[in-house]
Amino acid sequence: MDWATVSDAEVVRACRAGEDAAWRELVERFSRYVFAIARAHRLGPSDAEDVFQETFARIYEHLGRLRSDEAIRPWIGQLTRRLCIDRLRAAVRDPVLDDAEEQGEVDRRLTAVDEAVSVQEALRTLSADCREILDRFFCRDQSYNTIGELLDLPPGTIASRISRCLAKLRQAYEGRSEPDPASGDT
Amino acid sequence: MTENSMDEVRIAELLRELPPAPEAWLRAAQERPAIARAADQVLELAEADAEFRRTLIADLEAALRVAGHEPDPRLVDTLRRRLPGA
Repeated sequence: MDWATVSDAEVVRACRAGEDAAWRELVERFSRYVFAIARAHRLGPSDAEDVFQETFARIYEHLGRLRSDEAIRPWIGQLTRRLCIDRLRAAVRDPVLDDAEEQGEVDRRLTAVDEAVSVQEALRTLSADCREILDRFFCRDQSYNTIGELLDLPPGTIASRISRCLAKLRQAYEGRSEPDPASGDT
Repeated sequence: MTENSMDEVRIAELLRELPPAPEAWLRAAQERPAIARAADQVLELAEADAEFRRTLIADLEAALRVAGHEPDPRLVDTLRRRLPGA
């Protein structure tokens, strides 16, 4: 099955039906989001990993009680944020959440994460080639040489391909926020 | 040109906000159904066998070995949550 074309709600329903492949897709699909929320709260690697695993454990256990399958992302976001706050409160360290300035910074980063999710959703509408090259360069921080070797492309063409794909992503992203019936190019 | 470039700079920044989680974390989370099935099996055994149930409550990790499971911390955690009195 090509999971890229399957909606979040359908993935949730397949998980509930006991499909292990659907669960793997759900974890893959939301792993960056959960990881980014933990990073936004500035958890150390060990706490971040605990929150990551605990989040998916709870998702698995409570998936049957989700009121709306379409609301999976906000539910996961809320659950992860709550687990991060619990972790910070339990830790023997400066009470980060009592510091208004620090809390403001966490809120700013969480807003950026939500915006980044919209960009990722737009990214999913691009061709597999564009998705891969943008993901490798921006998200995985790979060099032109590494990307060239992995994708069997001359390093000299990588920059122009990234630029073209980024322009397509911008169009797709803007198209999501301001639907333009005249534009069919993704 | 400048305005478009700025937009693309922002989009690039937002792409960087969502790096992949470490591969090992991902794999561990994806194994959750297997852990849940192992927990189900252990709890069924505890329900059917009072002696095993007592062992499970007294020494969860030893009981897991008796039941043929490695005491994986995720399995231990799941059982502690699901087993009243453990």
